[in-house]
Amino acid sequence: MASTPEEPRFDGRGGKWIGASVRRREDPRLVTGRGRFVDDIHLHGMLHAGFVRATVAHGKITELDLSAAREVDGVVAAYSAEDLQLGDMVALLDRPPEEFTPTTMPILARGKVRFVGEPVALVIAKDPYAVEDGIEAAQVSYEVLDAVVSEETALAEDAPLVHEDAPSNVLLDVTSFDTPGVDEAFAEGCVIELVTRSGRQNALPLETRGAVASWDDRDEQLLVQTCSQVPHQVRTVLARSLRIPERSVRVVVPDMGGGFGQKCVVGREEIAVAAAAKLLRRPVKWIEDRSEALASGFLAREQRYRTRAAFTPDGQLTALESDIVCDMGAYSCYPFTVGIEPLMAAAEMPSVYRVPAYRVRARAITSNKAPTAPYRGVSRPQYVMVMERIMDLAARRLGLDPVEIRRRNVITEFPYTGINKVTYDPGSYLESLELGEKILRDEGWYELREKNPHLGIGFSCFSERTGYGSEAFAKRKMTVVPGFDVSEIRMDLTGSVVVTSGTINHGQSHETTFAQIVAERLGVDLAKVKLRQGDTERISYGWGTFASRSVTIGGSAVATAATRLGEQLCVIAAHLLDTRVENVGLDGDGGVIQLDDPNRRLSFEEIADVAYLRSHLLPKEAEPTLTATAAFDVPGDGTFSNATHAVVVEADPGTGQVKILRYACVEDCGVVINPKVVDGQARGGIAQGIAGALFEEVTYAENGEPSAASFIDYLVPTAAEIPDITVDHLETPCAFTESGAKGAGEGGTIGAPAAVLNAVNDLLWRTGVQLEQTPIHPEAVLAALAAADREKAGTGA
Amino acid sequence: MKPAAFAYHRAHDVADAVGLLSDLAARGREPKAIAGGQSLMPMMSFRLARPSDLVDLGRLRDQPGMTEIAHTGSTLRLGAMTTHRQVELARLGPDFAVLAEAMRYVGHLPIRSRGTVGGSLVHGDATAEWCMLALLLDAVIVAEGPNGRREIPAGEMFYGFYATAVEADEVVTEVRFTRAAPKAALTEFSRRAGDFATVAAAVTLEPRADGSLEGGRVVLGGVAPAPLRVPEAEAVLAGGAPGPELFAACGRAAAEAIDPRGDAQGSADYRRALTRTLVARSLGQAWERGDR
Repeated sequence: MASTPEEPRFDGRGGKWIGASVRRREDPRLVTGRGRFVDDIHLHGMLHAGFVRATVAHGKITELDLSAAREVDGVVAAYSAEDLQLGDMVALLDRPPEEFTPTTMPILARGKVRFVGEPVALVIAKDPYAVEDGIEAAQVSYEVLDAVVSEETALAEDAPLVHEDAPSNVLLDVTSFDTPGVDEAFAEGCVIELVTRSGRQNALPLETRGAVASWDDRDEQLLVQTCSQVPHQVRTVLARSLRIPERSVRVVVPDMGGGFGQKCVVGREEIAVAAAAKLLRRPVKWIEDRSEALASGFLAREQRYRTRAAFTPDGQLTALESDIVCDMGAYSCYPFTVGIEPLMAAAEMPSVYRVPAYRVRARAITSNKAPTAPYRGVSRPQYVMVMERIMDLAARRLGLDPVEIRRRNVITEFPYTGINKVTYDPGSYLESLELGEKILRDEGWYELREKNPHLGIGFSCFSERTGYGSEAFAKRKMTVVPGFDVSEIRMDLTGSVVVTSGTINHGQSHETTFAQIVAERLGVDLAKVKLRQGDTERISYGWGTFASRSVTIGGSAVATAATRLGEQLCVIAAHLLDTRVENVGLDGDGGVIQLDDPNRRLSFEEIADVAYLRSHLLPKEAEPTLTATAAFDVPGDGTFSNATHAVVVEADPGTGQVKILRYACVEDCGVVINPKVVDGQARGGIAQGIAGALFEEVTYAENGEPSAASFIDYLVPTAAEIPDITVDHLETPCAFTESGAKGAGEGGTIGAPAAVLNAVNDLLWRTGVQLEQTPIHPEAVLAALAAADREKAGTGA
Repeated sequence: MKPAAFAYHRAHDVADAVGLLSDLAARGREPKAIAGGQSLMPMMSFRLARPSDLVDLGRLRDQPGMTEIAHTGSTLRLGAMTTHRQVELARLGPDFAVLAEAMRYVGHLPIRSRGTVGGSLVHGDATAEWCMLALLLDAVIVAEGPNGRREIPAGEMFYGFYATAVEADEVVTEVRFTRAAPKAALTEFSRRAGDFATVAAAVTLEPRADGSLEGGRVVLGGVAPAPLRVPEAEAVLAGGAPGPELFAACGRAAAEAIDPRGDAQGSADYRRALTRTLVARSLGQAWERGDR
């Protein structure tokens, strides 16, 4: 039977709503300024908070006197760590001491400070101006200690210790997959060696962090409205830190202007502000300003890889060995720990390639820099950059085309269990690569490159695990293991449904895509479905949104809940139609029909009328009201999205400026729920990846002073720097998720640095210089081009 | 990022503004005039600038000539409250076309829509297009103060890092560009569109009837604490045969003559390299102009 759009489809693999580029349901309110972000919340009697922050990177606090701050006009209170007596944040791994050293993160600095911008005291005042006056009046003196600002200073014999209770500045040191044959392969093969580095970045959500906390005596509850990707985890830390039961904390997340991982860890400030609100019995608002966000927000990505790879003469990768150091900054973030970057890199580095032998050592070092949180892609932009550089360098060495060497090494048979003991579900690794190449060939870029020595072409080919279930996360050995998600669905008398999810929409269009999934499952109009997220009172438990888990896990939970509600509707309808339940089905138009007599139909409203108002008519097997719940967890190693990015760049021979002329993304995130939304995710992600490749970096002076105090120095690219990006979709359905979708949130960011760096190195090849670090500075490009031109002109250096 | 407390005064005309500024200063306060506020407000928000009093010049827009662009003879006169955007959209004729064309480098559209010519000149940023253009086209900055009106030649305007000849109790009322330059161009390099230039180069060329050059002028931004004229580079142009080789030689001379400081946006060497490129490119563009 041919499928038509009107026909109900309950297998979740397409139909009326799944796969349609319906307009984002959140846009009308967001684009007309009627959204509700944290800073839009104004409570009666609300006070404002700000933080006295460390001005030195590493130092003992010798004096902390808030008395002058408390005297400032408009200041209501000022608190130090001693005043608040809050419990520390501790994030742990279940690993032996030789692998992992636990450290603690106090809510306000106690005794010493470990990075410029660390919160030392809290000032509460009647308005944000008085807050800053109070902060200025606070007296803090430090005995300055030597700062740890690089791998070299961190690992030195006599290095100053960032955490005195740790034996060294290495907080995680794991050697994995020391498979037989590694050394033999290096002895025989063509060996590529390289050292790559990536700069420290700020995930930089458009909306900075912030919270409004208030105490409610009637509910005996602290209400914390905060822009967090993980409200339940914030609740847990709040309850522990304030030593109150979890039921006394309600965390609500309003509209959010991005997070990118920076908000998937618990912030010290949101805890301190909540404690102040509880003490003062008055609402307190804290809005992080941009200079705070740049100086003290969670950072990411500062990594160094020393890598060797062996190839056979015909270009088969035979062995991979890497030594990875991630500079995790001053503290271990909750709940992910300092292991977040190194453990990701170690486990996933082989990427889309068949790697017969693999050895990796991954370390997390602590330093006097702002701490790290997961940032969109987490280590994958970095190790993909390594793998893709290796492929290009090996291709050059062996005289192969860069696409051909990838073709010879990508995984083509699925499921594939790699040397890293990870099983990859089906993807389109080769297909995406070939389509990416075809796009550039068909458009004539290869011919243009022949004529223009300043043009370069680069590829990156990668996969990414999306939607880590609890089994996959458990392999990290975190003591807090995220994974499942729960959903509750409720239909009212008008046949409308409210569905909950433990995920958090902070720009991913969940209100649209989750509604599409539910509308498809129930056979109702999209307008009948309302998604609720971000309230610990309304959602029994949730892990929030990170690691591209929303559509895979959260989307599967809402789909399952919707299916169960549909089954309930069928049970009641069958009873009311006086037929067997096998003889009824959802009609895709808000009703249940009798299969052998489609003229007999009950609308959802009619069924709801019985379920709520005339429950005496219900069958024995149905309970009153129309609600269903479901939990979902991705089994095993989960599912892998994949993509190829194909990039053409041109370098300005007079300035070294790199301009991206063409950016093509061919991606596969399984069944696409909403193509326009996936395009948006890919483009936004690629923009952030380009930011890392060409622009953004937080650097530090020797004393630990960060360079990026404002957008003058922190070069977030604007629309003028980001090229048009085309996105092609391949669809390899996922067998583990309810709708067949895989995650789509991070891929763009992952593929961009590698592709851009490869393209720049392609044009630089003739100069003899290859750049192996990001961001690529135009000065380095210019130096390489100029040296080559001088050589060509025979004028020497 | 909230300014420290300040008192706000609205000036009704130039005399009122001068009176407010000098009275407040006489009372030991530290007043500051504000026009478009595109540099001052961010500095106040960072508390890098902490004026005790702001004297708002906004109402001066309504005074005669204050936002006027007037072309008389070989002089272009701009009222001090003229916005960058006004100039960008104005038809200035071939003699001063470079002013309008340079405006696209001034920040972003919202900045250009509020920022003023006078404000930019008084602020004196070493990379500011207006400061470079003032040196390039022999601007005269007219300021009124408690002792009356005086005219400051651009060559005596810029002292150093954000330091100009305009006193704290003076208000700039107009700028006159006295040097027509049909062959002029300004080019800049910054890693992002709209940023302060890492290096900027503004040039003019004066051709002779025989096709050679009488001379030219080279002004650089971003290579010294204040915008800089480079006589060493200008010397290369005098009497030369215009073309890529001469322009490249001029760029090299400019790069050799300067002593820039390095920072996160580029080392001293890189700034010299950019100077080579941008001077040559500006000269090339300037030469093309008018021939079309």
